[in-house]
Amino acid sequence: MYVYDQHDQTIIDERVAQFRDQTTRFMAGEISDGEFLPLRLQNGLYLQRLAPMLRIAVPYGLMNSSQLRKLASISRTYDKGYVHISTRQNVQLNWPLLEEVPDILAELSTVQMHAIQTSGNCIRNTTTDQFAGVASDELEDPRPYCEIIRQWSTLHPEFAFLPRKFKIAVCGSTQDRAAIHYHDIGIELVADDRGEVGLKVLVGGGLGRTPAIGSVICEWLDKKHLLTYLEAILRVYNQHGRRDNKYKARIKILVKAMGIDAFRETVEEQWSSLKDGPSTLTDEEIIRARSFFRDPSYLTLDSTKAMSDLERDCTQDPIFANWVTRNTQDHRIPGYRIVTLSLKATGFAPGDITAEQLELLAELSDLYSFGEMRSTHQQNMVLGDVQVSALYALWQKLQAAGLATPNIGYLTDIICCPGGDYCSLANAKSLPIAEAIQTRFDDLDYVYDLGPLELNISGCMNACGHHHVGQIGILGVDKKGQEFYQICLGGSQAKDASVGKILGPSFKQKDVPDVIDRILSTYVTLRQEDENFLDTYRRVGILPFKERAYAQAD
Amino acid sequence: MRRLIKHGSVIDDAWQQIDPDCPAPAHDQICSLEQWQNLADKTGSAVQLEPGQEPAPLYAALEKIKLLVINFPVFTDGRGFSYARDLREHGYQGELRASGHFIRDQLTYLQRCGFDAFQMADDASLEEALTSLRDFTEHYQAAIDQPLPLFRRRS
Repeated sequence: MYVYDQHDQTIIDERVAQFRDQTTRFMAGEISDGEFLPLRLQNGLYLQRLAPMLRIAVPYGLMNSSQLRKLASISRTYDKGYVHISTRQNVQLNWPLLEEVPDILAELSTVQMHAIQTSGNCIRNTTTDQFAGVASDELEDPRPYCEIIRQWSTLHPEFAFLPRKFKIAVCGSTQDRAAIHYHDIGIELVADDRGEVGLKVLVGGGLGRTPAIGSVICEWLDKKHLLTYLEAILRVYNQHGRRDNKYKARIKILVKAMGIDAFRETVEEQWSSLKDGPSTLTDEEIIRARSFFRDPSYLTLDSTKAMSDLERDCTQDPIFANWVTRNTQDHRIPGYRIVTLSLKATGFAPGDITAEQLELLAELSDLYSFGEMRSTHQQNMVLGDVQVSALYALWQKLQAAGLATPNIGYLTDIICCPGGDYCSLANAKSLPIAEAIQTRFDDLDYVYDLGPLELNISGCMNACGHHHVGQIGILGVDKKGQEFYQICLGGSQAKDASVGKILGPSFKQKDVPDVIDRILSTYVTLRQEDENFLDTYRRVGILPFKERAYAQAD
Repeated sequence: MRRLIKHGSVIDDAWQQIDPDCPAPAHDQICSLEQWQNLADKTGSAVQLEPGQEPAPLYAALEKIKLLVINFPVFTDGRGFSYARDLREHGYQGELRASGHFIRDQLTYLQRCGFDAFQMADDASLEEALTSLRDFTEHYQAAIDQPLPLFRRRS
């Protein structure tokens, strides 16, 4: 992974000092609430319903074991001994004290971490595929480009007061696991007809109140132009994005209003003065960025033997066998597998992880995965490089720590924002809905029979729980002070991106599990052979689901 | 006389404030864009841009302009950062002044975008604000104050 040199460290250290001074001046009454707002947001600090929330950046979801140990220790010293993995692969503390935040940031800087631009109207943490570098369907590792974007966007002087927040995602594989169609800018590594890998650039995607699928602004861009091209897009947005209404301020609204062709033309015109300037990437810089993501020292393994040993273990222990099927994936190196650790055990808030579990993960990543760990936008954790022969030992340790729930990609692997229990923006609670659904569907055989299914829950229109792109999406709404839940169907965050359609009037909290049950049994009745939920929905449309969902409702 | 920060020190302002309704601005007065466009001779002129007034109409006369003011009615409207950078990239060499309701914690970013003078709405604590110009000694990106990105300078 990327390692700071003295330049990177200086920037992070100076940022901590700057925020310490700002916090002191704020507490002394020298900075008003309104002026402090963007300063604290751009250092990851929200003032929430019950306490502040600090969002720590995990650039493109990659952490090493010393960072995990530091997060565990920070959560014990400054918080309540647990953290939350967000849908942008970041880590959130729910109970820090404002006056201690500069100390937390200083501690983070000792392990090359920070909270810069994890919030506010600026360029946010760049996200990517959680299987980057190890996926078997990858054209090129996207992480070097994520790191180049991270450096360019960090404390960018021109783009710290944009009309609204700005999110970038990069993917380099056949299957899109980074949801690039739903980002302000989505970048895909693609080969042109000569086989040369460049960048396909999408713009104007997003969730929130007005979900939109990104449009292609450039089919193939030479990698060396990455930063000047991004700069041109951002400069057009900074000057022309709407500032009169925060709900119409995202770049997707500007792209829609101008039309993608006129928007592209304006960007190209802006780009003509930046293109080939000093921000053009050099070959040396691309080589340098890539050097941090070279293959770790993989062993040449006898994969045939490893697989037959695995089969033997699986035969002897069907619970282990099930976990291997559900929670591990092919690795591009023979004899290795990718392991996803579920943070979606029933009874625990989706994405929450305790200090003890973080320390265990640090130990397991050192033992089994070259000391690295990844967070996912589905709010789980990944050990990227586990030898097949170590799976059984790893599973036993995960099992004992409650991290082996075999539900990755299934109904109960719910994406869920913290909702009204924590967040001051929320209209409704989301965590109790997640738990009620997980409790209701505790029969794993039924869950597996339903096939891969994405159920996403957001506590408000801001859509942190990505409800629009859930195959089943649940949105908390406020109706005259009461919490209700709207359900939408048919969303997809993959390359066949689609925005879910609203089923109809919203439901009471207590009715949600029943309604989900009726939707699922409608699917089971209507599916053809092993057709999955999304395909069935796309074939039959929303009507049969609607009829069943409301037929027996109160 | 109002005070401002210029080139890192606090000085008195030699210019008269803008008066958009005045039919004929004085020679040492800052013009609105409209007034400036009506000037017969733009040599040694001073002009103020508001958010939404893009810099393009100034390009042809940048050499004649002595003072260019970019106003920030609210500190969260960041259009002025792009205007400043754009004007410097088009070769403007004169004084580039931020005015209005920006805050001292934005001084580093403003300076990086090419501003060399800062007239804050509240000029009571300009001396203290000076320290904010020195918040950072290193930067990743190319900007006006450091035209080479860090990746071209790393050792």
